[in-house]
Amino acid sequence: MSIFADENTKVVVQGLTGSQGRFHGLRNRAYGTKVVAGVTPGKGGSDVEGIPVYDTVAQAVDATGADASFVVVPPPFAAGAVLEAAEAGISLIVCITEGIPAQDEARLFNQLKRDYPNARLIGPNCPGIISPGKCNIGITAGEIALAGGPVGIVSRSGTLTYQALYELTQQGIGQTTCLGIGGDPVPGTSFIDCLQAFEADPETKAVLMIGEIGGSEEERAADFIASEMSKPVVAYIAGVTAPPGRRMGHAGAIISGSQGTAQAKMEALTAAGARVAKNPSEAGEIMVEVVKGLA
Amino acid sequence: MDLFEYQGKQYFARFGIPTSPGGIADTPEEAVARASEVGYPVVVKAQVKVGGRGKAGGVRLANDKQETRSAAEAILGMNIKGHLVRRLWIEHASDIAKEYYASFTLDRTAKLHLGMVSAKGGVEIEQVAAEDPRAIARLHINPVEGLTEEGARKLVEEASLDEEAKDQAVAVLQALYRCFVEGDADLVEVNPLILTVDGRVHALDAKVTLDDNAAYRHPEWEEYRATELEDEREKLAREKGLNYIGLDGSTGIIANGAGLAMSTLDVVNQVGGSAANFLDIGGGASADVMAAALEVINTDERVRSILVNIFGGITRCDEVARGILDALGRVELKAPIVLRLDGTNAEEGRAILADHLSERLIQETTMLSAARKAVEMAAQASGGAR
Repeated sequence: MSIFADENTKVVVQGLTGSQGRFHGLRNRAYGTKVVAGVTPGKGGSDVEGIPVYDTVAQAVDATGADASFVVVPPPFAAGAVLEAAEAGISLIVCITEGIPAQDEARLFNQLKRDYPNARLIGPNCPGIISPGKCNIGITAGEIALAGGPVGIVSRSGTLTYQALYELTQQGIGQTTCLGIGGDPVPGTSFIDCLQAFEADPETKAVLMIGEIGGSEEERAADFIASEMSKPVVAYIAGVTAPPGRRMGHAGAIISGSQGTAQAKMEALTAAGARVAKNPSEAGEIMVEVVKGLA
Repeated sequence: MDLFEYQGKQYFARFGIPTSPGGIADTPEEAVARASEVGYPVVVKAQVKVGGRGKAGGVRLANDKQETRSAAEAILGMNIKGHLVRRLWIEHASDIAKEYYASFTLDRTAKLHLGMVSAKGGVEIEQVAAEDPRAIARLHINPVEGLTEEGARKLVEEASLDEEAKDQAVAVLQALYRCFVEGDADLVEVNPLILTVDGRVHALDAKVTLDDNAAYRHPEWEEYRATELEDEREKLAREKGLNYIGLDGSTGIIANGAGLAMSTLDVVNQVGGSAANFLDIGGGASADVMAAALEVINTDERVRSILVNIFGGITRCDEVARGILDALGRVELKAPIVLRLDGTNAEEGRAILADHLSERLIQETTMLSAARKAVEMAAQASGGAR
């Protein structure tokens, strides 16, 4: 099995007619994902290599039965696009847009929570979700993933998500689902949401978690691992050498005062029983041992 | 982007938050001129983006021309925690009866806005927070609903502000919240928010951090951007649309994505090297951006090797490869490049570079081996010393 997305997931790409939307939407389809529609206001009735384009998500859902959305639109329009998907009844919304204002994101998160509690937002500012061999929604290069499990991957950073997939695939370890939750301060889906889903998924036997400096989501995940997880967790935290007070690219990646250091996160995860690697390759090596021990 | 106090106060004024009359001065003469405009006594305040300037002697009271001049002379050029004072804010001195504290920020854990108010404002607020956390009233605000007058009053009541300050404080809090939300700030903080002897509540200081992601809808921020004192390398990088932070090691780092860039720094450190910078070319970087990144790194005299670590997702490796060739054709790079390419269009990217590999452009297959190679080359170029 996989979490959140599988071979039956039907995807509408919001922004399919843009250059990024087209490139990645078609790549997702080539991977085997059921990309059933595109949405671009004003371009309804056209198509992108056979994928029908609609003016609104609601029309796309009516015509194709899409239940997931891939949002690839610029920052000023991203929050509106996510809400439009939720309003149209889409249950899984993957938003890769980087650079959405924090106030828009905070409002978006709480509006989804209040008005559309059944819609799951992954991102923004994330690489998306891939359930290898079944479905790839987002910008991950599908060829670096390996189907068949038994490891689930959750990561706050985009490129480190790829690195994690690559390390496991190199070691011959497959993945059930791999998702990036995004590096922004208010992600739609948290580490804990993913750990919970992996814990409940019978095919996922172990979890690789990739965090980074800033905030306290990794510490909260550590609490969850300690109290709720029976499956082994291997973790890696980026930013050990990051200087305090400097925002390392992601809006969320900043050490302020004693808060959010890589050291504190690594200690919390170790104390929770996770095995903490000092770089992505080591995370892959540790996972080899963990998977061998699963028997 | 952090604002200077005077900019924060100008920003506050847009939202109707009361502040003292004042003006900026870059020389003692200007300071005297501003002082006579706002009326004595005045406070001469160092404009630096760092806390603790009062304790460092960067804030002085002046009662006349002579005192203003000597205060300005003393403070201009002062080094406060590594920040050089180049500008002063001169404002009419207030008769302070009470010092409060007020702020709004995002509570990332609760995913809600957080308002904080205390009757114990002033320079020791951090100590108050640590020793007497109950002296700070806190209120979570749902961003969808916003701060109501009722919410603002609750904060003011719980903080036990003085009776005569309450109504004005409620109004100030509502204006401050508007500044936070409509002004697209990550943080707005007033410490102290004062009650004057004649019963007025206003902001005596202003700490504002703006959300860079919202810059597109705030053309008025351009003037704040203009006063940012940046490292030359950082300025050049920003003009090129790159996310760059200067560090002091000898291996230049270019990676796509903040996480991978941070991880690359860590790995360079683990194999015994030191990073000269953090540079994230972002998602979907074009050949132009990649070339610009190399140009920025090339301006850093300390760089002895350049590690390019790319794992393509939205970024396409063929574009990265073209950018490297473009940069090699455009500028003479002082340091050799060690390159690792994986992910989207990696094969196309490697094919583009295949005929150009040399001792100055080395390809490695993994992040770890590339880091080792880059650190080794940096050590060699520095004659064994790093």
